[in-house]
Amino acid sequence: MQVPRNWRLQKQRYSLIGEVCEHCGVKLFPPRDVCPECSHGAQTLYQFTGMGNIHSFSQVFDPPNGHIENTPFIVALIQLEEGPMVTAQLTDIDIEHVEIGMEVEMVTRKMSDDGTEGMIIYGYKFRPPIVD
Amino acid sequence: MTGSTNIYVSGTGCTKVGEHWGTSLRHLAWEAVNLALLSSNTKKPDAIFVGNMLSSSLSQQLNVGALVADFCGFRGTEAITVEAAGASGAAALRQAILAIRSGEINTALVVGVEKMTDAVGPDVTTAIAGGADSDWELAHGLTAPAIAALIMRRYMYEHSVPTDGLSGFSVNAHKNASTNSYAMFRNLISNEQYSRGAMVSSPVNVFDSAPDADGAAALVITSSDRELVEGRSIQIAASNLTTDSLAIHDREDLLTFSAAQTSARYAYDQAGIDANDIDVAEIYDRFGVYAAMSLEACGFADWGSGWEMAQNGSVGLQGSLPISTFGGLKARGNPGGATGVYQIVEIAQQLAGTAKDNQVSDVKWALAQCLGSNGGTAVTHILNVVG
Repeated sequence: MQVPRNWRLQKQRYSLIGEVCEHCGVKLFPPRDVCPECSHGAQTLYQFTGMGNIHSFSQVFDPPNGHIENTPFIVALIQLEEGPMVTAQLTDIDIEHVEIGMEVEMVTRKMSDDGTEGMIIYGYKFRPPIVD
Repeated sequence: MTGSTNIYVSGTGCTKVGEHWGTSLRHLAWEAVNLALLSSNTKKPDAIFVGNMLSSSLSQQLNVGALVADFCGFRGTEAITVEAAGASGAAALRQAILAIRSGEINTALVVGVEKMTDAVGPDVTTAIAGGADSDWELAHGLTAPAIAALIMRRYMYEHSVPTDGLSGFSVNAHKNASTNSYAMFRNLISNEQYSRGAMVSSPVNVFDSAPDADGAAALVITSSDRELVEGRSIQIAASNLTTDSLAIHDREDLLTFSAAQTSARYAYDQAGIDANDIDVAEIYDRFGVYAAMSLEACGFADWGSGWEMAQNGSVGLQGSLPISTFGGLKARGNPGGATGVYQIVEIAQQLAGTAKDNQVSDVKWALAQCLGSNGGTAVTHILNVVG
């Protein structure tokens, strides 16, 4: 397991911290330092609310390494309310209740593991919002 | 055409696509190279370009370029590996064309080789998923079929495609593969079988999805003379490689392969033709929805209507635009980095009139388009008959 590779993404994965382009105002997630819209530098951090809706989804039956115990699991493209699209798993919901356009919120969960001896990787997943 | 150099295909060869448990990466490459050299008047390339995607992760082998050069009897010859995920083979041809156009070399050997079965199960799934964005897609459990599934579900939703509306691509591919001796799947499938297919990543089922396989294909291309294949000269009229974002969440429009669209447009300009002139096309039909979106990107169908071409028979061998004429990725099989070279071998046969039972009548212009990273790289080549 590649410890530094996961460790250096913890801000993004635990808190959904991306960037905003000071030149054209576009908000970026994942952070990429160069704005794809205007090609100016974009390194100002920006905290996303974690609210969005489902653009598309799929239930995965043939998993990659690290996700075998969790199979089948649901992945989705989530359009954040600030604009960017994020790829993540859905949690706390059954596949038959998932629909395009449905509102979801970000939550921190176990993303993957490296067997019984290795690291556990945590990060964002999305679920139907808990109503106050 | 960019530059004044005319480049011809003087030899082609390929292995059977499938599970070659008894054959190594280097032996597969040699089998294809041997056939290509036997069919070419040119026996000694100036340089070798090898397309390969997974040897570093599945066979723990780097520098396949030097390995193939040495193993095929060309020790000392310039050789390099080209990697662009699923488009590796097509990208290798692109690099060979650039080298010939530069004037530095006259003749190149282009090899695509992939050895999937050196590993099995999730190790292979994971290695292939590396073609997408590793930190932001694979890390969340996204496999290649999962990415295709996200695109397919949205495609069907936005374009109001009926359930099983993409089945025609797989049915056509299997039909064409049934008469192709080197195809992996030579069985016919019906719409009913398609409907019952087990899910890989919903809504992508096993019949939507091309099989990952071993295989190798090779080409000799040259600017030196009009080297003949079966009495006709096959010219490379256009070559282009364009990129898009690797991750699908960063795409301008999820339902447009914009790199494929741009690449096709540049290729038509180079060849001095338009989409209507193309008589046969090998496109990236790794998933039914990719076939539909590739047809749209190449200008063969309007945005959102590519799927209809499979349902109304347009893509069959007797249709208005035959595709996957030897089975495509779906049924000939998808040997990763070799696929782009197979496509060129196949359109060269269509142009030479040597496609036998798979022959499309009266082919003058043929297009091959290969995608890597779910459209993150698109490589388009157009070939025609001259003389």
